[in-house]
Amino acid sequence: MSKYELRHDEANCIGCLACEVHCKTNKQLGPGPDPCRVIALEPVEVGGLPRTRFVFMPCFHCEDPWCVRACPTGAMQKREKDGIVFVEDSLCIGCKSCIAACPWGTPQWDPATNKVVKCDYCMDRIDAGLQPACVTKCVTGCLSFGEANEVPDPRRERYARYILAEPAGGKDTSP
Amino acid sequence: MTSPMAPNASSVGAPGRRTVYSMCGMCAVRCPMEVTVEDGRVTWLQGNTHDQALGASLCAKGAAGLFLESDDERPQTPLIRAGERGGGQWRRVSWDEALDYIAGKLTETIDVFGGRGIALSDRGGPFTDLTQTFVRALGSPNYFDHDAACAGNVHNATRSLYGFGAAGLLFDYQHCKHLVLYGRNVVESLMVKEAKAFMAAVARGMRCTYIDPRATITASKATRYWQVRPKSDYALNLAIIHEVLEQDAYDKDFVARFVSGLDYLREAVKDTTPEWQEPHTGVPAAELRAFVTEIAADAPHVIFHPGWMSARHRQSFYVSRSALILNALMGSIELPGGCVLGKPPEHYGRKGLNHLTDRVPEVKEPRVDGAGGERPQWDPAIGMLHQAFAAMETGQPYGIGAYFAYRHDPFTGMPDPEATQRPIEKLKLLVSIDVRYSELGWFADVILPESTYLERANILGQMNGPVPVFAMRDQAIAPRFDSRPAWWIFREILHRMGITQALDFETIEELWNYQLDGTQVTVAEMREAGIVPLADAPRLIPRDELTFPTPSGKIEIESEVLKQAGLESLPAYVPKEAPAGEKFTLLFAKTATLAQGQSLNNPLLNERAPRQVLWIHPDRAAALGIADGDEVEVNGGGRYTGYLPAKVTRWIHPDAVFMLHGYGATVPLATRARGLGVADQRLQHGKLYDFDPAGGGCALTETVVQVRRRTSEGAAG
Repeated sequence: MSKYELRHDEANCIGCLACEVHCKTNKQLGPGPDPCRVIALEPVEVGGLPRTRFVFMPCFHCEDPWCVRACPTGAMQKREKDGIVFVEDSLCIGCKSCIAACPWGTPQWDPATNKVVKCDYCMDRIDAGLQPACVTKCVTGCLSFGEANEVPDPRRERYARYILAEPAGGKDTSP
Repeated sequence: MTSPMAPNASSVGAPGRRTVYSMCGMCAVRCPMEVTVEDGRVTWLQGNTHDQALGASLCAKGAAGLFLESDDERPQTPLIRAGERGGGQWRRVSWDEALDYIAGKLTETIDVFGGRGIALSDRGGPFTDLTQTFVRALGSPNYFDHDAACAGNVHNATRSLYGFGAAGLLFDYQHCKHLVLYGRNVVESLMVKEAKAFMAAVARGMRCTYIDPRATITASKATRYWQVRPKSDYALNLAIIHEVLEQDAYDKDFVARFVSGLDYLREAVKDTTPEWQEPHTGVPAAELRAFVTEIAADAPHVIFHPGWMSARHRQSFYVSRSALILNALMGSIELPGGCVLGKPPEHYGRKGLNHLTDRVPEVKEPRVDGAGGERPQWDPAIGMLHQAFAAMETGQPYGIGAYFAYRHDPFTGMPDPEATQRPIEKLKLLVSIDVRYSELGWFADVILPESTYLERANILGQMNGPVPVFAMRDQAIAPRFDSRPAWWIFREILHRMGITQALDFETIEELWNYQLDGTQVTVAEMREAGIVPLADAPRLIPRDELTFPTPSGKIEIESEVLKQAGLESLPAYVPKEAPAGEKFTLLFAKTATLAQGQSLNNPLLNERAPRQVLWIHPDRAAALGIADGDEVEVNGGGRYTGYLPAKVTRWIHPDAVFMLHGYGATVPLATRARGLGVADQRLQHGKLYDFDPAGGGCALTETVVQVRRRTSEGAAG
């Protein structure tokens, strides 16, 4: 797997979909392809309260990516130095083998170029010392990015506060 | 004849890469933003990090601004109507011709109605000094912002208690221990900075009580959710106040020093017990008592949010007012974690921006809506637009012959556009100044294309807050089409009316220099950061110096202004009948990707837009034979019927159905939005002149609709 982690702090997500649009505008994509998605599930009841759950789906940047194996031209590649899986645009012939191969539906078809586009953690920005577009402009700051173990993880501290503070009469209703 | 060009702001079109500070224009929140321009093209948009509370954050609408810019489906030249109003036949004309035409019609209007017969509405915000100057220069008092269908009730409620408007109170979520929200859907009806502060506070452990007939995503973040009966929130508040007094849980020192009318309050709520409210709201009395005990423990770091969009029902003004009274009772005024007062620059020994309105004589005519006159309870600074429509229709108290809708679309934002066509028909002149084709604009005589927010500079804005700031929207790029910035458009119209003094500026920099004169802030400093705070850190007003700009200098529970208006300060709650059978109260809202009707024609936001569905409670749906996903028909009593799929969910109160607002557009040239979904405002049949008399805001959720499963005959019709 890539050495990075793109963490989604689900409790702090509001499902505003800003990340999806930031991603698309950074890659200059029009309607159609969605390199990342936030999927909102219908509210469920937890301790008598409505709770909407969100799942953030960029690319997992697999250790042995099936999309890379499926690609007949070598356009889909795994970057040696950090494990980012990306498409070399000039080699992509738009055959969609990677789209079929990926178990999570990550590679996206771009009708404007007839090629594939996917989450590459905004390699261009990372190489310039910046953060991916989705992380940079996230409304609540629920997305964070960096080398694994260096990304801030608020979960333990937050859970500790919950069990000590019991804000809702002892029920764990953590959002 | 060649149309006169508007000068670009300096540096526009310069080669290479540069950063321009702007303010987002994708919704009315206008977040400060940073624009990266490379060789005259915008390549990156993000929040302005000089505003630390915002950082680089930007919402989906803000990001999609690039696609507004590149979109061809917007007015590209001035257009003059060629056929019937609304007939969709337009003639492309030069700016000279359009402006001459407008000036001619304005002269006709003034001959018949006088200057006061000209009205303008916009969407409020930091740039209204310009539009107010324009209206005033023409001799009219009739400037309106859009608040009749938005924040009018909360604004006027704040005024009646505190003496200043809604912008005078800012909520410190950062230090708040318990936030109470009455349908204020913070994370979907999005102000980025507010949502960010809210989520940080929730993560820190702030309690949040969310009160709404519908469980929004904000409800999903709350620690308590009350699914109250629609329009019953005033009853709830009367009982909360009763219980606060009963438990002696108010800040006696604060109330004694800064609040008047406690006896009046005791009398008003003496019978509104927790048990009394239970059948009205559905909230169990014991839960309400527990809530008050909890609030009292967290006081004074508690906020009862008085609302934002508060044009809901006929007692919405009193919902806001009672919430604001609760803040006073908690003593949470001008404290960390409470309601912090907005400070003018003078508080920090600084000078504010010079007003453009000072360049034109004050207009003594009474306003057509009576605001500040016969209706002293309505702030004349915002007005109530439905009464302008009433005057267009009836000629009473006097006629309105010309109307400018500046980046405002009352056919989407106000109820019952079919009814609004009656007053519109009587106008001599209807002008839409906008970056897009609006529903109202389609019925205009003239459409003037304003340059997009990336293509124009605005006048500077001043926002009073804990720390007041000056804010700039600089021009990032040159206009793609034959459009103009607003300051130039209004200047040119005034010039043609022989009024040269009001907006006598050749360039935006010249105008900015007028605004900044004497403030010790320069245009260059503004351009360096986009926002310039006028103090290093917020300084709260010491308790000893706290006064309020009301007649008594105190927070007036019993309001002098309301008394003058012949209104009660806290009337009895009017019980709501539960709609039965096929009848439901129609509720509406938006999500984070929607900006009323503005966003749906944007290619990326159209793609993000949720499928519009009708939320309906399982018990009511079952009785009507409606299953999840079934197509239903919705009718509000008029000729318009909407068809959409049902979403059967227990997260909506049985008395109500809900749909997203901003759908159902009709303008043929906006092809992506056209025909998409159902227009809730067209279901608000007969509601144009239905409003809360105290606050003036529209009573949009007084709408009762009939819901049926769509039959094959229905499908044929």
